[in-house]
Amino acid sequence: MGVLLAIGTEKGLYLARSEDDRKSWEVSGPLFPMTGVYAVGIDRRPVTPRLLAGVTSSHFGPSVATSDDLGGSWREPERAPLAFPEATGASLKRVWQLAPGPDSQPGRIYAGTEPSALFVSDDGGETFEMVRSLWDHPHREKWGAGFGGQAIHTVLPHPADTSSVLVAMSTGGVYRTADAGASWTANNTGIKAYFLPDPWPEFGQCVHKVARDAGDPDRFYAQNHHGVYRSDDAGATWQSIAEGLPSDFGFAMVAHPRRPGVIYNFPLTADARRYPTGERCQVFRSQDAGATWEPLTDGLPSEPFYPAVLRDAMCADDAEPTGVYFGTRSGEVYASRDEGDSWALVAGHLPDVLSVRAAVV
Amino acid sequence: MPVTLLVPGVLRGEAGGAPRLNIDAAGTLRDVLDEVGRQWPRLERRIRDEQGAVRRFVNVYVDGEDCRLGAGLDTPVRDGSEVQVLPSVAGG
Repeated sequence: MGVLLAIGTEKGLYLARSEDDRKSWEVSGPLFPMTGVYAVGIDRRPVTPRLLAGVTSSHFGPSVATSDDLGGSWREPERAPLAFPEATGASLKRVWQLAPGPDSQPGRIYAGTEPSALFVSDDGGETFEMVRSLWDHPHREKWGAGFGGQAIHTVLPHPADTSSVLVAMSTGGVYRTADAGASWTANNTGIKAYFLPDPWPEFGQCVHKVARDAGDPDRFYAQNHHGVYRSDDAGATWQSIAEGLPSDFGFAMVAHPRRPGVIYNFPLTADARRYPTGERCQVFRSQDAGATWEPLTDGLPSEPFYPAVLRDAMCADDAEPTGVYFGTRSGEVYASRDEGDSWALVAGHLPDVLSVRAAVV
Repeated sequence: MPVTLLVPGVLRGEAGGAPRLNIDAAGTLRDVLDEVGRQWPRLERRIRDEQGAVRRFVNVYVDGEDCRLGAGLDTPVRDGSEVQVLPSVAGG
């Protein structure tokens, strides 16, 4: 069984390939050297999965490239694949998320961008159009900009209902459409914004990442800027699932692709102390939808450990058993081939890891 | 006489490998870059964003003068002028 792991870093895209059930890895790169690869996507729906990369050159701007031969060659259209309409007066700073749509929409790819906007492609990610209804949302002018900028970093299309999509942004919150984008509703009830005068606003929450449960498409898990939450009603309300974690701060939140209630998190100590809790490299897993958590450390460094794991730098593959991966700001990538029970180093000494995605190929 | 666009090495792949491009579009720097966009759209979007602004860390010189210190995209470009695109020294 072959597994491909795409690793987006601050200075290019690296690809790791395993042909022995993820026991060993061959790492190649960098592709797109000197670009920040904040978004990588693997569209598993074509016979040969399509890779997508959101790349940003600090000099020459952002773009989206695709590959239909697992990274051997890449295409980028002559015209910008993703650009803000002239009337918006906005220009694309970065693509933060590339999310394939449901199986019933085989060419559908969503892109979350900075500044905060949602784009849709129906040709597999070669050309995108902005979703005007979200851009025109009356809240937009009051969305803030976190340290990473004002960006939609999470896009979760419903696996079966093509009219339902959830998006999230830092210092903006969670929004959801149930009518194929005709309207968008802020979905933040129960998520605290401790940094605002009113800590329970309709919107403005600093959501870092949201993941959808494998079994119940109306169940979500959110890592917030302090606060870890679950929603059981499609995002309408949220309750804390932070008890049992050593901290409620962090960036990543990953759901198991098949087992309902199984999620992964990499806690950091606090907003003002963004190091792993206890200065230990440890992933936390819940197998009961956040009711209880267990630390996973087998195979991870035991010495003091300081780098953070960013919001898209953790993922799961679709193998059996599921592989779990995370990359650090110090350029290390770890993988588990047994659902998180044990870990091994895939690559070290890379640039800061921004994003990872993995799939059986 | 056409305008000559000097393409930096890092962008020559977007111009078929050419270090210099001849462009029949004298007038203003905007006119020249618009014509670049028609003929080499991928090169042009490395230089300007979708709203037409020159990217922050790209410098454009018209006959040796930094357009940012002059009239920007309205900088006059005469027949025979040389437009040079250079990435600025930035980054870590």
